[in-house]
Amino acid sequence: MGRYFAVRIGRAALTIVLVVTFAFIVLRLSGDPALMILGPEAPPEVLAAFRKAWGLDDPIWAQYFDYFGAIARGELGRSMRDGRPAIELVLERIPATLALTLPAFFFKVALGVPAGIYAALHRGSGIDRAVMMTAVAGFTVPSFVLALLLVLVFAVQLGWLPSGGQDSWRHAILPIATLSLGGAAVLARFTRSAMLEVLGQPYIRAASAKGVPWRKVVTSHALPNAAIPTVTILGFMVGTLIAGAVVVESVFAWPGVGRLLVVAVANRDLAVVQCILLLVAMTMVTSNLIVDFLYGFLDPRLRSKGAHA
Amino acid sequence: MSSPLVEVSAISRTYAMRSGMFGRAAAVHAVDGVSLTIARGQTLGLVGESGSGKSTTGRLVLGLEPPDRGAVRFDGKPMTALGTTAWRAQRARMQMIFQDPLGALDRRLPVATQIREPLDIHGIGTPAMRDDRVRELLRAVELTPAHGARYPGALSGGQRQRIVLARALATKPDFLVCDEPVSALDVSIQAQVVNLLCDLQAQLSLTLLFISHDLRVVRQISNVVAVMYLGRIVEIGSADDLFARPEHPYTQALVSASPAPGRRSAGRIVLSGDPPNPAARPAGCAFHPRCPRAIARCASEVPALSAVGGDRQVACHLVTGAATRDAA
Amino acid sequence: MTDATLKVTPIRRRFGLPAVPISVALAVTWIVAMLLIAAFAEKIAPYGFTQLDLRNRLAAPGNAAHWLGTDELGRDVLSRLLVSIRISLLIAFGATAISAVVGTMLGFLAAHFRGAVEQLVLMLSDFQASMPFLIMALAVLAFFGNSLPLLVGLMGLFGWERYARIARGLAISANAQGYAAAVRQLGATPSRIYLRHILPNIASTLIVSTTLVFPEVILMESGLSFLGLGVQPPMTSLGNMVGYGREYLTRAPWIMLAPATTIVVTTLAVSVIGDWLRDRLDPTLQ
Repeated sequence: MGRYFAVRIGRAALTIVLVVTFAFIVLRLSGDPALMILGPEAPPEVLAAFRKAWGLDDPIWAQYFDYFGAIARGELGRSMRDGRPAIELVLERIPATLALTLPAFFFKVALGVPAGIYAALHRGSGIDRAVMMTAVAGFTVPSFVLALLLVLVFAVQLGWLPSGGQDSWRHAILPIATLSLGGAAVLARFTRSAMLEVLGQPYIRAASAKGVPWRKVVTSHALPNAAIPTVTILGFMVGTLIAGAVVVESVFAWPGVGRLLVVAVANRDLAVVQCILLLVAMTMVTSNLIVDFLYGFLDPRLRSKGAHA
Repeated sequence: MSSPLVEVSAISRTYAMRSGMFGRAAAVHAVDGVSLTIARGQTLGLVGESGSGKSTTGRLVLGLEPPDRGAVRFDGKPMTALGTTAWRAQRARMQMIFQDPLGALDRRLPVATQIREPLDIHGIGTPAMRDDRVRELLRAVELTPAHGARYPGALSGGQRQRIVLARALATKPDFLVCDEPVSALDVSIQAQVVNLLCDLQAQLSLTLLFISHDLRVVRQISNVVAVMYLGRIVEIGSADDLFARPEHPYTQALVSASPAPGRRSAGRIVLSGDPPNPAARPAGCAFHPRCPRAIARCASEVPALSAVGGDRQVACHLVTGAATRDAA
Repeated sequence: MTDATLKVTPIRRRFGLPAVPISVALAVTWIVAMLLIAAFAEKIAPYGFTQLDLRNRLAAPGNAAHWLGTDELGRDVLSRLLVSIRISLLIAFGATAISAVVGTMLGFLAAHFRGAVEQLVLMLSDFQASMPFLIMALAVLAFFGNSLPLLVGLMGLFGWERYARIARGLAISANAQGYAAAVRQLGATPSRIYLRHILPNIASTLIVSTTLVFPEVILMESGLSFLGLGVQPPMTSLGNMVGYGREYLTRAPWIMLAPATTIVVTTLAVSVIGDWLRDRLDPTLQ
């Protein structure tokens, strides 16, 4: 088991290294960083000083290692727009994003998982077909269209809810609804197929054939086995808690990390973009690690295999 | 022409196998010091249970993978290095017949196209000549040109194996390795395909390495038979003699388990113990845990293959020279 | 996608299917209509897509001059929609083609060379699968600015890892036993083995993956364009139209509804075709 976790942690570290490398390559390919960061109007002596300070005249591999060092020390640069450290700007936006994505995550799971299980257990029923149709709609209707439709109905036509901003809890309802509906549909479809696959396995048929009550077959055989793939996609969803609201925050003018990213990209505020990129990578990697650790407990095969190794 | 076509000297092949996804790698000695020679126009039958390394031996002899130790010489010259242009060109002279003819054929191409493919690959003849050659090959394996237009899925198992055979013969090779060529076929079809193979061998003076676990088939087609157990040859000799008077206890068990006309099954030797596992090779003679006649020495010392009279060689501590031959 | 639609007829003949389900027939019809529109957008559009009609600003749909109404500058929504379909499909096709070719090639390289090459491909595909693509795309756009070729190239990085994994897995199993091993020992060169034998054999699985990647590329591009970070004005795309239509949601919802409906129906149609093809073409069922 120790070896299993060591491999996973190694892979997580590798992913971070790759993200940093990606940022470095993209940064270098995109042009002269001095010009990019200081702007084309900067006087030549300032550019030269910047190049010297940032070691831009060093060989490329030295710059690469320096870049790693700077990131490890948390030196992620300053925002071009207001000169504040990028990391500060990003961190202060996180609570707003979590205020949307955490409740949305809860609703996704609370709606999607039971719907998927129910649909699988009652395959072919009216509810199953309804779940499947909703799930297909959840995949094909992009979140910005869903968001605008909700605004059109509940804000414009009915006037029940505000269409944007962050003044009260009522402002959060439509963004959370948008995030939950799409995610719940995907999750329901996924849970359903995971569940159906498990239900088609010989051991399930064997258990019910030898007279185990169906309820017990489902609770003690089918659900635990279907949980394994479902946990994977849940892990991915946790990983997108920070980044998952880019579109929705933009539609509803919600001041979270996603909106910050869109504005930063539009303004080419590279320090902020790079900071968010790393933050997203860290959350993805951490949630993947948690999923891997959970696997260790959920999958008995892994447990016993680990014991031998 | 008197030098043997294929000379194999002490080839070994070891695979690293992991037990489970995270287990430690274990070395599996699939083939361990096998030496053979096959004379031109002759057939060597290679017999053994699954896991005995007979298929790996076939692949090593053909040069489809390199041996870890030892060497294979073909027509007096060392085997070309795997994957090189010379290696690819050499394929025209040596071919393989597979156990699963459906798997060995591309389901998305008509079989005539596939018979023609070696000619296209090696650039033999003009396009028109290649088409003639395909018709000729179809006739040689007792099929009609109409069969050539079909896809593999539309042919029977025996017909597919004939197609594989036709494809293998397209470049007029000297040497064929047949790896369990009939074991996936119905018994009634097996005889037809084996007879065809015998006829073609005689007509084209082919040299064959015939790998099978089926002693009846091996007996019918082979001049010389080698018996493998866990990666080593335990007995080798001319076919009729070996089947009539098996020396090694393992060969004796195999021969007694194989139904033969005129022999009652009363004297059957039933082997006890686990079937051979190449990942956990017993010390000493690998066969000793299952051997009805094993002595203490068998568990510690590996018997070498040595001549016991005639052209027979046996690897057994209990079989030494002509004196003990009557004991069997 | 062209491959998928073209393949429908011979496959039907070979399997002797009684009939295509109505939903699939409708989906194919829709996609064919979209392709025709993409090919002839400028010829069938009643107006130029940037042509202003300032007397008819924010005209409602259903009038004789502007079937789908006009936008805030009096530009004909139908004409803009047709041109948007062309741009969005062009990007989606270009990107899907790039990702299919790149991914399949990398998968073949991994299967052929194994060892370090394979580890590198697997590492990159793990990395790609574990990072949200939208974030990576936004980062690239922030660093490089925006242009149509860049956008197509960027979208072409989407989904390559799925082709790579499929191509690698199927090529390895074909190499280990079966037709590829057989052709190899005939003396065939690697390019002959991969292109003439393995590729046609795994094409059906790759086509099914294409039907999964294609709608996601459409959604990704329209999302980026919606955020104002994809296709830039004066050029227009479906997401771009929805983005600008958002400003007039209250007074002129049709500006946004026409392209939004097109996005939804197109992705739905491709998914329906994909599901159907998967049932038909899945090599495990043959």
